[in-house]
Amino acid sequence: MSSRDVILGRVRRALGGPAGAPSTYATDIDRSYLREHGSRTTEETVELLAENLADYRAIVHRCSAGELPRTLMRLLAEHGAQSVVVPPELPASWLAEADPVRIHDRAANTAAELDRADSVVTACAVAVAETGTIVLDGSPDQGRRRITLVPDHHICVVRVPGQVVSSVPQALERLDPARPLTWISGPSATSDIELDRVEGVHGPRTLEVVLVSED
Amino acid sequence: MSGTFVGMPAFPKAAHDAVRNTTLRANLKHATHTIRDKRARAVAELDDWAALREAGKQIKDHTLRHLDHYLVQLEESVTAAGGTVHWARDADEANRIVTRLVRETGESEVVKVKSMATQEIGLNEHLEAEGIRAYETDLAELIVQLGDDRPSHILVPAIHRNRGEIRDIFAQEMGRWGRPAPEGLTDTPAELAEAARLHLREKFLRAKVGVSGANFMVAETGTLVVVESEGNGRMCLTLPETLISVVGIEKIVPTWQDLEVFLQTLPRSSTAERMNPYTSTWTGTTDGDGPRTFHLVLIDNGRTDTLADEVGRQALRCIRCSACLNVCPVYERAGGHAYGSVYPGPIGAILSPQLRGTASEIDASLPYASSLCGACYEVCPVAIDIPEVLVHLRERVVEGGEVTLRGTKVTLKPAKGHAAERAAMRAARWAFTHPAVLATGQRMASRTRRFHPRTVPGPGRAWTATRDLPQVPAESFRDWWQRTDGGKEGQK
Repeated sequence: MSSRDVILGRVRRALGGPAGAPSTYATDIDRSYLREHGSRTTEETVELLAENLADYRAIVHRCSAGELPRTLMRLLAEHGAQSVVVPPELPASWLAEADPVRIHDRAANTAAELDRADSVVTACAVAVAETGTIVLDGSPDQGRRRITLVPDHHICVVRVPGQVVSSVPQALERLDPARPLTWISGPSATSDIELDRVEGVHGPRTLEVVLVSED
Repeated sequence: MSGTFVGMPAFPKAAHDAVRNTTLRANLKHATHTIRDKRARAVAELDDWAALREAGKQIKDHTLRHLDHYLVQLEESVTAAGGTVHWARDADEANRIVTRLVRETGESEVVKVKSMATQEIGLNEHLEAEGIRAYETDLAELIVQLGDDRPSHILVPAIHRNRGEIRDIFAQEMGRWGRPAPEGLTDTPAELAEAARLHLREKFLRAKVGVSGANFMVAETGTLVVVESEGNGRMCLTLPETLISVVGIEKIVPTWQDLEVFLQTLPRSSTAERMNPYTSTWTGTTDGDGPRTFHLVLIDNGRTDTLADEVGRQALRCIRCSACLNVCPVYERAGGHAYGSVYPGPIGAILSPQLRGTASEIDASLPYASSLCGACYEVCPVAIDIPEVLVHLRERVVEGGEVTLRGTKVTLKPAKGHAAERAAMRAARWAFTHPAVLATGQRMASRTRRFHPRTVPGPGRAWTATRDLPQVPAESFRDWWQRTDGGKEGQK
């Protein structure tokens, strides 16, 4: 007998017979928990996102759509970036004023190549205000998962208020589980040495989030 | 479960030694108190915490009641998304499957993200014996691995080490595994983290095979979820060509929506953060992004036996947040190693004796590794009534009875070493049902109280070796009541 059959057989015996299709799922779970915590205006939700991002040591910037190219140029220059990784469909205008050498995100890029890149700029899929989280879903303006992992400096552009939701339940509703998702709350961190928080053991040590207001 | 801890002394002996280690106690006290205070603040931010906790409990209970259905559904959805599902009835089979999968890639080393399941089955040791090097990439796990040590906490495995000890381990051991620690390494956390970053990055950039666990598996979509802080999880999940995830069958949730409960309760309960720095989800494989080959190894290893016990089953709700460790007065003093298992603390005290059975001395002692104060139940985000299961397992140890072992019902004999306790309890039962006897006994005890020893000789020593005998009051409650008419006469 295969281990699959053995295990399923044990489960069924433990449950006193095959439980069958769970027709009771809808009624078994009391979902009276909140869809979001507190009521806020759109501006307040964006404000909360900014606060919580900063609380987790992301560096937050705000600008209008028109100011975005200049802002990104400035952030890359301040970081001393010589090279920047660019997802395939990042709007071309965003980096129109930036100087660093472009490294285009391709499947053929090796991890070592990415390790030599100074910065990466991406868009995001959704941002969660209550937790200070940005979520990437691998769309063409965000690129493959590894491009926001290996370089030490990640700049993420969030369109506000369109891409901002209040809570985790609202974020999950917007996301497609078939895509690989990366939820990011602040830069890489560890508290494993006497619970002192240290940024960046593996992921980017610097996370900058640009909240760009939609025109 | 794994052979890693075979030969460990039973809990009372191990704890007896651990509480005399003042460095350990200081490290633990600092760490557990810091986390528990932060956790309380993080939880207080959510007005609906009680409702989230109840929903989490209900989702897990529902899943366990229909586990066969959800396992089959998960297998279908993972397969449809491009993954391959393997089933392992025990640790040995799981290890053999993983070894074969690694061999098929032609590689002889793997990078690992910290996983309780792979620790439980002793995967690293097994791979090592088969000539495959497994590199732990979580900072704390690296400290444990380099120090040839064992983890002592679910979330902060090196919680028992201070930064001075970590510096020494890095300076001495890193060179033997790969890139050595920088010259003149100090014990500042930033420098230690930098040394680990450089040491491990070298391994990530060349790794072809990654091994992970998972915090959740969504039956409906075939999605796996890993929750972490450092990014080593993301490294292991996305850089290698082959990903092998080893996960216990109880980690299923039915639907994508269910994650909304656990992604709120897990981070706040474990690291006391609103959200952990990184959460990754993946559904099979994605063209051009991440591993080309994905294997899911589903392990039983005692879980179905635990499922068969209707009281003990609730331990399978556990989402491994470790909140119960941080509030436990016993864990705080004894430390994680005393539990002789990869699952320490209150949850370990109920999970290990169920996954492994209560045949060994260490497993029979674990249900007693608690003061039954109930703090663990209070903080548990899926409301596991740990004290209830502890008492249930104590009964099993003392009385024996019917249990399921590897899928077969067997009748356990009472554990050895509990004969004196059983005799004492029988005597107590008799005395309590004979009021005159009890009254006489109490009066006798009061009158001879000055001559009572602190410990009892003979078979009673087993009891007093771990606790002092209670002091007998000068007068029994009945005598006091009679003399004062329930206090109306005033006390003298």
